[in-house]
Amino acid sequence: MSESWTSPAEVAEALESVGYLADARIAQVTFLASALDKPILAEGPAGVGKTALALALSEATGRRLVRLQCYEGLDEAKALYEWDYHKQLLRLQSDEGAAWDDVEGDIFSESFLLVRPLLDAIRSAEPVVLLIDEVDRVEVETEALLLEVLDSYQVTVPELGTMTAVTTPMVVLTSNNTRELSEALKRRCLYLHVPYPTIERERAILHARVPQLPQQLGDKIARTVAAIRAIPLRKSPSVSETIDWARTLLALGVDELGDQVTAETLNVLLKYQVDIERTTKELSLDRSEE
Amino acid sequence: MFDSLSDFVAELREVGIPVSMVEAIDAAGAIEHTDLTSPENLRATLGATLVKNSRHYPAFDAAFDVFFGLRAVTPDTDQEPGTRSGGGSGGGAGGDGAGQLSDAVLEALLAGDGAALRQLVAAAVDLYAGMQPGRPVGGRYYAYRVLRRLDSDDLLVRLLAALADPDGDSVLDQRVASADAEARMDQLRAAVDQEVTSRLVEDRGASQVAATRRVPLIEDTNLMHATRAEIREVEKAVAPLARKLATRLSQRRKHGSKGRLGVRRTIRRSLSHGGVLLEPQFKPPRVSKPEFVILCDVSGSMATFARFTMQLAYAISSELSKVRVFAFVDGLDEVTDYFGTDADFAGGLVQMSREADLVRADGHSDYGQSFADMWNNYADAITSKSTVIVTGDARNNYRDPGTASLDRIAEKARAVFWLNPEPQRFWDTGDSIMSRYAPMCDHVEQVRTLRQLEGFVERAALPVTRRARLVS
Repeated sequence: MSESWTSPAEVAEALESVGYLADARIAQVTFLASALDKPILAEGPAGVGKTALALALSEATGRRLVRLQCYEGLDEAKALYEWDYHKQLLRLQSDEGAAWDDVEGDIFSESFLLVRPLLDAIRSAEPVVLLIDEVDRVEVETEALLLEVLDSYQVTVPELGTMTAVTTPMVVLTSNNTRELSEALKRRCLYLHVPYPTIERERAILHARVPQLPQQLGDKIARTVAAIRAIPLRKSPSVSETIDWARTLLALGVDELGDQVTAETLNVLLKYQVDIERTTKELSLDRSEE
Repeated sequence: MFDSLSDFVAELREVGIPVSMVEAIDAAGAIEHTDLTSPENLRATLGATLVKNSRHYPAFDAAFDVFFGLRAVTPDTDQEPGTRSGGGSGGGAGGDGAGQLSDAVLEALLAGDGAALRQLVAAAVDLYAGMQPGRPVGGRYYAYRVLRRLDSDDLLVRLLAALADPDGDSVLDQRVASADAEARMDQLRAAVDQEVTSRLVEDRGASQVAATRRVPLIEDTNLMHATRAEIREVEKAVAPLARKLATRLSQRRKHGSKGRLGVRRTIRRSLSHGGVLLEPQFKPPRVSKPEFVILCDVSGSMATFARFTMQLAYAISSELSKVRVFAFVDGLDEVTDYFGTDADFAGGLVQMSREADLVRADGHSDYGQSFADMWNNYADAITSKSTVIVTGDARNNYRDPGTASLDRIAEKARAVFWLNPEPQRFWDTGDSIMSRYAPMCDHVEQVRTLRQLEGFVERAALPVTRRARLVS
């Protein structure tokens, strides 16, 4: 790998320089991934910074980011490559009467190939970061598409043969854990569970992302969010929502986080009406102001 | 190192975490790139390479603490026994050592000073645990003794007092402070636990200690007797399973996977071949939308399991629109609305127990009566597209089994599955009449752990053709 990271501390430093605070585990796993040339599979609730890790890696290493957003129904043509059918047709029509063998060899060459993210990452001359986002959204069968890429960083196109990566890409897969990924996929990756951050880390993240935020308010926000996460909700507030909340409070000119302000701005943090009602009730936000 | 790694892998497999050969080799390779002076680095390395499921981390962490917690890898462990005994004798001489020690612990907790906490805990274990080599006493007992002497209840109160916002007295402030205090107490408990464990390991060896300190995987937890904390963990895992079940049952049968010829699309496609009908296009096969009817026994004997099945029903209903949930004891009532997509689960449970009309006579399960209610009042809920899932132990309190109603339900429905939380060897003992109902079901499955439910979901497929049923 072109990065000559020699310790997890260096990884953490590099990530911090681009505004991503990695805890010891994230730093260690990222370091291992770069040392062993293995993909990282980051799993955890939505909005805790899994995708941000890939973005930060790309920024910290100066590599181009190639992103494959997964969705239900994703197929080979959208993930790997596709033959440019129309271009092939034009080519055939442009010289009618040519020998069949010449034309056939011709239209299945690289210039007729539409490159999709996975092949793009493999063929790229300069090193890249490949982000395969929300991999749990594709069907189990489609996962198999990824295996060859993840395993040996190569793609086989039947008409052309096997293309092997020129430079080893750094691969990050993310999953929100809506379903179990297949054993085959997991086996090829380093597993990184990204839970909600501790109060201390969330405070540090707030400080890094919203530098204008007063220390004390940041502390209170982090502790309040931790208390809200302890309530069983449909969707607990994520780190990105905490940051949004902090920005909202800052924009409103709030410097003391009281019950009433919390109750009024809860909709930034929680996205379901039942959750808002429940939190208001649990924390008695509605009563104490009377 | 490699010896302890292979012992460790063996222990993980013993607990039930699937670790493949390749992963073990990966771990060995990764260790070479790991700074072994800090156990946390090693924990991250082994966790990333060996354990690929977040649900397995509690078990992994427990085993890791035993094998690599505070031992050998760090150079300063050589001196540790010395400092320990020094601290021990010093503390023993002072009469009010306990008070001072808990003051110091409180300070360390408030400052979040992990290193100081570890030293203090080591001293406390020396003083209070009364550990004797070779005594076959579990670690939990020692940990309990230490915490009691440190007066952990009082510590919590003092922590709370120190953390509380002096001018904040709202419920929110209290919540914030108490969550914070609890988290810090957990740190102390973990520290004590780890110290005790590492000493036990010195005495008896890692593999032995690990065997006594196993944390069962959440999928092996017995749902009939799960604690609240375990149920919460289980609930997190249920949603993906429910989704899988829903997609499995909505799959079309294999044959005829291509739909009918699509004339419009074929002609449209032919335009790029100059109007020659080269490629026939097919309409995508219609995926049948599954309808679920879930019948849950929620009587006293099934209380814990019922909570789980209702959770499953709730998860399925957030995946699919056509789900109707019925609960019964000796009467049956529809409870779908309490668990709709907009409801929250815990609130729904409370509402159900308050409002739904589930008890007709004495509050002991009556399957016959409940199936009769189902057929008489809600027969329209069951169509040829509905999959019926019954959950219950089939303990009918020696009442009329009422198989006729279930038979009619089965006749009309697409499939009937019965999930029974009792071990199979107890079926048909006492008042259980599982085998009376079994002939009407497409499949009866023992489901007492999450793993078994997963197995059911894996195997549950619709019968290719409905077999003829005997009408008794």
